[in-house]
Amino acid sequence: MIEGRVWRFGDDVDTDAIVPGKYLILSMPEIAAHAMEGVMPDFAELVRPGDVIVAGRNFGNGSSREVAARAILLLGVRAVIAESFARIFFRNCVNVGLAPIECPEAGLIEKGQRVRIDLVAGRVDIVETGKRLEAVPLPAEINAIVESGGLEGFLRHRAGRGTT
Amino acid sequence: MTVAEKIIARGAQRSEVQPDEVLWVDVDLAMIHDSGGPRRIWPMLEQLGVGVRDPDRLVVVADHYVPAKDVAAAEILETTRAFVDEFGIPRFHEAQGIAHTVMIEKGYLQPGMLYVGGDSHTCTGGVLGCLALGMGSTDLLGVVVTGRTWLRVPHTVRVQIEGSLSAGVGAKDLILTIIGEHGMAGGLYRVLEYGGSALDGMDVEERSVLTNMCAEIGAKTGIIPSDAVTVEYLADRGVDVESGPQSDPDCSYIETWRYDGSAIEPVVARPHRHDDVVPIAELGSAPVTRAYIGACTGAKYTDLSMAADVLRGRKVAPGVLLQVAPASREALARAVGDGTAATLMEAGAHILSTGCGACPGIGSGVLGPGETCISTTSRNTRGRMGSPLAQVYLGSPYTVAAAAVAGEIVDPRPMVGSHG
Repeated sequence: MIEGRVWRFGDDVDTDAIVPGKYLILSMPEIAAHAMEGVMPDFAELVRPGDVIVAGRNFGNGSSREVAARAILLLGVRAVIAESFARIFFRNCVNVGLAPIECPEAGLIEKGQRVRIDLVAGRVDIVETGKRLEAVPLPAEINAIVESGGLEGFLRHRAGRGTT
Repeated sequence: MTVAEKIIARGAQRSEVQPDEVLWVDVDLAMIHDSGGPRRIWPMLEQLGVGVRDPDRLVVVADHYVPAKDVAAAEILETTRAFVDEFGIPRFHEAQGIAHTVMIEKGYLQPGMLYVGGDSHTCTGGVLGCLALGMGSTDLLGVVVTGRTWLRVPHTVRVQIEGSLSAGVGAKDLILTIIGEHGMAGGLYRVLEYGGSALDGMDVEERSVLTNMCAEIGAKTGIIPSDAVTVEYLADRGVDVESGPQSDPDCSYIETWRYDGSAIEPVVARPHRHDDVVPIAELGSAPVTRAYIGACTGAKYTDLSMAADVLRGRKVAPGVLLQVAPASREALARAVGDGTAATLMEAGAHILSTGCGACPGIGSGVLGPGETCISTTSRNTRGRMGSPLAQVYLGSPYTVAAAAVAGEIVDPRPMVGSHG
């Protein structure tokens, strides 16, 4: 179960807006200081560990740059809820251990509200209003990767069991 | 089953698969590049205490940071080379061209393959009838270590295009028209499978514009089931293959999108959305300061040749900088060999190095805040090619060349093939 305060973004936020290409040459902490710069220049200063991003359709479209997901994670964001995700960004979230929640009703969540997320059941509760939103449950195969903290942890775990 | 389902079924060692199933599959070939590849993956390999499982199934390309513009870029390239040496990767191409163009030109991709690459435009490779899937760095780590990855079986959309494109209209106009109609999320989680008589008149390079920009409609990938054009292209590259898997006549498409190729007009995507597409006839006044012919989308040999068809005997307008960054050395060599490059240069084009260049805002030729650019690349989101204040229109190589001559965006058809 994840609970956190909401930052709101709109439709079609692309990875060039999350991490502009000119920063790709920098180190990960330097990149994170620019996260979401293309849509909210002061996001990295304002966001607090445990916060949650809520967005509209097609979040994370464009470049496959995984640092977009890593930068958000490094700032302490626990989960990204969106009406829909660009598929590579969705995979990148899973692989770095940032929970992606596809929630067609995400538009009902407002900035500053707190949400409580059940990944496996596929539910998002808005704490202030008590409203419950249906989300797409993460398939067990994919949730196993998120629960390992990402694909690196998942591979280590499997190697430890001798099943890779 | 559709061709995509057949390729996934083979990878999963199953006789049949259904859309939306999540499966682990064997990967036939993987590609990583200098930006998202060794510099990101190598530290994780060290953390795991493992190496590259099968160096023969991995291709490494350096295209994003070539030529190195500063020491930090040079260090990224050094890391890339050191990785190739450390793990004995036989297929490494530095500054030979953009990965997606190189993978096709070298004949590495073949019909029926399950191919993954660490870049969103990996889908370009679907032009040769393989399932070409773009992913991020850690996904590629998984493939490099285990030879496997997980997939959700996508639904397939059949994109049926009958009738030839008119003179002066390119595949770029067609794909932008499709994206404009369906929106940048119109293909989300789906595979676009192309067919129809319009493809008969296109070579592999021109067809690849249709698969390349599947990334811009949100699709998992695009695929053109192999045909005589595919087989002949690969034969010319010394790769002898039979035609690959085809969709069954009774396969299930989630939708069919139909287009009349002969009705497609020159279009542009307006700043800052690649799905804000309008016919040039309806655009109104749009002066430009920069014309850019570059990227895996729009600087292959055929693209340079289309630009030359407009620029022959004409000059770039004062106040416009036309830059050409060929998608590969092979493209440039062919253009030099047949006089195409001379035509571009006589018109006033500035020829840049091959590589990803200004398209991702990393290499040479990025835009300043006051510039308006017309570009053959694939994305015009704010800040993509440099300053967030720059304006970028997307169009075909004909359209970009015509805009360079006119100083504003115009219908290129009157200039195509007519000596200026």
